[in-house]
Amino acid sequence: MEKSIAFEKDLNLVATELRLGLPGTKESEKQTPSSIKSNKRVLPDMSEECGSKDNSNVSHVKKCDQEVAPPAKAQVVGWPPVRSYRKNCLKAKKMEVETTGMYVKVSMDGAPYLRKIDLKVYKGYPELLKALEDMFKFSVGKYSEREGYNGSEFVPTYEDKDGDWMLVGDVPWDMFISSCKRMRIMKGSEARGLGCAV
Amino acid sequence: MREERTEMSKDDDRSPPLDLRGADIAESSSKTRNCVTGSGHVTGMNPMEFQAPYPDQVLENVLENVLQFLTSRRDRNAASLVCKSWCRVEALTRSELFIGNCYSVSPKRATARFSRVRAVAIKGRPRFADFNLMPPEWGAHFKPWVAALGSAYPWLEKVYLKRMSVTDEDLKHLAEYFPYFKELVLVCCDGFGTRGLAVIAKKCRQLRVLDLIESEVADSDMDWIGEFPESGITCLESLIFDCVESPINFEALERLVVRSPSLKKLRLNRFVSIGQLYRLMVRAPQLTHLGTGSFSLAEGVAHGDQEPDYESAFAACKSLVCLSGFREIATDYLSAIYAVCANLTSLNLSYANINAEQLKTVIFHCHKLQTFWVLDTICDEGLQAAAATCKDLRELRVFPIDAREDSEGPVSEVGLQAISEGCRKLQSILYFCQHMTNAAVIAMSNNCPDLEVFRLCIMGRHRPDHLTGQPMDEGFGAIVKNCKKLTRLAVSGLLTDQAFSYIGRYGKLVRTLSVAFAGNSDRGLKYVLEGCPRLQKLEIRDSPFGDEALRSGLHHYYNMRFLWMSSCSLSPQGCREIARALPRLVVEVIKDEAEVNRGECEEHIDDAFDILYMYRSLEGPRDDAPHFVTILH
Repeated sequence: MEKSIAFEKDLNLVATELRLGLPGTKESEKQTPSSIKSNKRVLPDMSEECGSKDNSNVSHVKKCDQEVAPPAKAQVVGWPPVRSYRKNCLKAKKMEVETTGMYVKVSMDGAPYLRKIDLKVYKGYPELLKALEDMFKFSVGKYSEREGYNGSEFVPTYEDKDGDWMLVGDVPWDMFISSCKRMRIMKGSEARGLGCAV
Repeated sequence: MREERTEMSKDDDRSPPLDLRGADIAESSSKTRNCVTGSGHVTGMNPMEFQAPYPDQVLENVLENVLQFLTSRRDRNAASLVCKSWCRVEALTRSELFIGNCYSVSPKRATARFSRVRAVAIKGRPRFADFNLMPPEWGAHFKPWVAALGSAYPWLEKVYLKRMSVTDEDLKHLAEYFPYFKELVLVCCDGFGTRGLAVIAKKCRQLRVLDLIESEVADSDMDWIGEFPESGITCLESLIFDCVESPINFEALERLVVRSPSLKKLRLNRFVSIGQLYRLMVRAPQLTHLGTGSFSLAEGVAHGDQEPDYESAFAACKSLVCLSGFREIATDYLSAIYAVCANLTSLNLSYANINAEQLKTVIFHCHKLQTFWVLDTICDEGLQAAAATCKDLRELRVFPIDAREDSEGPVSEVGLQAISEGCRKLQSILYFCQHMTNAAVIAMSNNCPDLEVFRLCIMGRHRPDHLTGQPMDEGFGAIVKNCKKLTRLAVSGLLTDQAFSYIGRYGKLVRTLSVAFAGNSDRGLKYVLEGCPRLQKLEIRDSPFGDEALRSGLHHYYNMRFLWMSSCSLSPQGCREIARALPRLVVEVIKDEAEVNRGECEEHIDDAFDILYMYRSLEGPRDDAPHFVTILH
């Protein structure tokens, strides 16, 4: 009989557990940090839960993990058996209900303070750039793939997940909003470094 | 709402068990006539047959005239086994071909036997593949079928595919090969996009039915609705595209609806706003099945005074019996549907996040409801309301808004108990919950004797009866014991071998069994394999069943459509034994994608595998198996 061991929650033994068969892999795209419970939840019937399972099988599943879950609780692949289409539809709605926006800071060279915008509100680059122009009272020039932004000393850039500074507009919109961490509207000589003609 | 076509989904369970080990089946032998039944059986023939004179031609003609009236697949399969003559005539008169497993028989063999087929149904991937348990690209390609069907049945009218991979190219061929093509139904399929749909819309001039149900449709940025012929009346009767995750050309759709007076079923996707829905409804008051699309305002449109009279649009649809959609429901508008509720036999609110109060206002009117799909956000209270009103309920599905093990459980044994007391005619239930008790399940087994399908998913793995702390054995035991018509069962919660003992002892009609995180030892699986003679489809994951248990099913595997076992206690050696004992069984072992990516060589058979998927087949190992699939022999 497998007992729920108290120290499991600290050492995160799950990650190092040797096993054959399908590992209890993380359902990577579904869990966001904000939705993971950080407190261990103890059920009154914990000892019953582990049951009288034959321990000889090698393809363990996390039998009692729900009550001794480490803070980063991993979901088992394909469980509960709800098709991903349905999960995605409902999840999207849930998130709207919880009004989680995709807020990123925007700084502009020379401006005394930063602004914050919700990327989710915009449907694409034209809308975003227009909003930025209105917000900071500047013009952004014409975008071309080869030359970046032409005709203005202001260039919109963003920092992506890897920490690199990129030119706004190069990647597809969906990729942009999922990888943009913050934005910076560069001005003047620094902007020239990105290959823009002024 | 996914409509199971009963004649297509029920399997043949009346064929007697056959010992295929003894049958020496020589493929090209003319002496031994091999009859392939629709479900892939092979039978040897009685040697007495060969002494008979040439079959009486008159008798065969009479037979043909009689057999053409047989519609049930099971009846036809039985008729085909009577003798060679009946087998031959049955094959001539079968117009609907059902292939339960696309790999059990080759397109060539199927089309060679049945020469006058007008409708084809083919099923591919195993169901557990829906839950990401298997790498994609496993197979089930429609391509080889479309080519064979094209040459064999130029008059083909209907194609029904489930869990198959269909490409745009395949759809193009469908449109090209079959000038009389009338019905295309794709359920849980993938591999195609709006480009393929465009070809179907454009070329299939006799199209009556285009149903896309829970399929993944790639967005090739193609206005496929606009490809339907722009002028003249269409024969369209059913257009279902609620699963298409890309916007459509609404103006073209509106024009199409106007030109389709026979249109009875229309299920819109979430890119159709409620305002657009209104415009369609007033043009198609003859609809019987409606999927409402988003059921909210278009983006950027404000809630104003100039809004159309949604209530009257619904009231005008006097024939409406099936309502679904509500993909992004604005609950303010829910009252618009009250007028049709009294006539509804089917209501699907399973994408609508509504609470008990909101549900009550609707369900209060739904006296005739037989099919009800809903989200657990309605809580036990909502289910109680449904139980109080829907006395004719046959099918209930309660889906979780939050499909995780540790989420809040808005529904529980309270809701299940209420349903069992209110809905005595219940035949089919799918119920997701966090907590359950044996008492409620036992109550349902007593109150609902007509149950054929019982699928209970307690989302927390190994969770016992939350009041008594006992395993859920007794509850499921009562179900198999008391529900004498039970053919499909899905179990969950904490279960010992005892539960399986009950299933083996009482589940004599069970055809489909789904098991996850259950059982203690090999005995569990043995009970089932030895006790359930009608078992056709068995899918098991993460349960401690090993080689010995697997061996105990050797007498039965040829009678099954498939066996799936993943993350159990099987060894490659144990599986190989089965493959060797049963030459007509294809034994696939499939590796987890993560392991594949780490570059482990699939030829090294002794590596651990994750999934065993085995099925009877007349064709031997398939030639389209991807690298992560190994076929044992």
